[in-house]
Amino acid sequence: MIDKRVGSVAEAVADIPDGATVMIGGFGEAGSPIELIHALIDQGATGLTVVNNNTGSGEVGLAALIKAERVSRMICSFPRTANSTVFPELYRAGKTELELVPQGTLAERIRAGGAGVPAFYTATSVGTPLQGDKEVRSFGGRNYVMEYGLVADYALIKCERADRYGNLAYNKTARNFSPVMATAAKTTIVQTKRIVEPGELDPETVITPSIFVHRIVTVPEPLIESQLVAAGATYP
Amino acid sequence: MTSTQTLGWTREQMAQRAALDIANGSYVNLGIGIPELVAKYVPEGREVIYHTENGLLGMGPAPAPGMGDPELINAGKKQVTSIEGAAFFHHADSFVMIRGGHIDLCVLGAMQVAQNGDLANWSTGAPDAIPAVGGAMDLVAGVKTIHVITQHTTKTGDPKLVESCTYPLTGPGVVDRIYTDLGVVNIGPEGFHLVELAPGVTFDYVKERTAGNLVPDPGLELG
Repeated sequence: MIDKRVGSVAEAVADIPDGATVMIGGFGEAGSPIELIHALIDQGATGLTVVNNNTGSGEVGLAALIKAERVSRMICSFPRTANSTVFPELYRAGKTELELVPQGTLAERIRAGGAGVPAFYTATSVGTPLQGDKEVRSFGGRNYVMEYGLVADYALIKCERADRYGNLAYNKTARNFSPVMATAAKTTIVQTKRIVEPGELDPETVITPSIFVHRIVTVPEPLIESQLVAAGATYP
Repeated sequence: MTSTQTLGWTREQMAQRAALDIANGSYVNLGIGIPELVAKYVPEGREVIYHTENGLLGMGPAPAPGMGDPELINAGKKQVTSIEGAAFFHHADSFVMIRGGHIDLCVLGAMQVAQNGDLANWSTGAPDAIPAVGGAMDLVAGVKTIHVITQHTTKTGDPKLVESCTYPLTGPGVVDRIYTDLGVVNIGPEGFHLVELAPGVTFDYVKERTAGNLVPDPGLELG
């Protein structure tokens, strides 16, 4: 019998080693797997490379992981938020590196990584400082830069419903990066609000097929990041 | 320093003017700031589908107070609604729409626009700035038509329409049209082509506040 459920968020993230590359789903608070991130803080792994669109908010979730100085390198598109000073302070102090990637290039690098595509060409960033010293080729008279596919050791993602095989369905714009991250990580760890019986998810509406998922933990009432930030909460 | 606030269009009027150019049936991405105001001014009778890059086609207005869902937000991370007939999708698909040339129009803000259509809107390049780009470079590289809404000058009176950008580029030669508080400007063979003046504004007044080459478009009615 296939059953990818594990008993707790602590168990789900227990083996993430120092120095791992961890993709974390979410766009702002939407889709952020906050309980898995907090479990990772408790677990203590450090020297992590983290892939997320942002750098968290306030001092909870991803911002708390960064604040605890567990992240040596961030790969993201928008490391600024109105209500978080955590990343800017560590970045200016030289404690966290930043690889800035345009948002669509970030999504496509993850998609490519998951699809076994080592590199691709895109028009995004041509003629800008982010082109850097990347290889440029012309196709059909237009210039494109080469970007590498991105893979990870782990992905931490959040969904709305899952079955024991690991078929997933999401909620609205909380889906964002999670389906592509699930394909690009060696081990994909999911927190779901609800576990349903196999067959309850209509196969036509499964967004992430189970083959991309390795561990599932149920978090029925996840914390809401914006409420924690508004209340001035910190973690731990 | 010359104030441009006493003359020309307000932010709302700039948005209103930009909305007139949004075609019926188009798929549109609106940036953060003044562009967000555009949707409410699209003339009645036109049906427009709004895309937000975090995975929603068919974005509706902000929810009533207390009725929002923290998992239904726009690219500016504000709570929004979805219309009947909306679709959700993941980030790679969302940027397939952008980078694959499927979105008809993007309206966004600017720090500087050069007379050749170069756009700078993501970074001042200051050494202590935390660089943040989001989806801006993808949008200008991939969307069919790029319209900019911006004040004609900075708060200190410096022109934002310039011969060449001094800030780091978001994309080269990408801008098609600019709406400012003083008028409507196209990017054309001679640089900035002034196609429309805001009420009470003259061509010379605009020219004094433009650093690049500004010419009256043949169709311009001089104020």
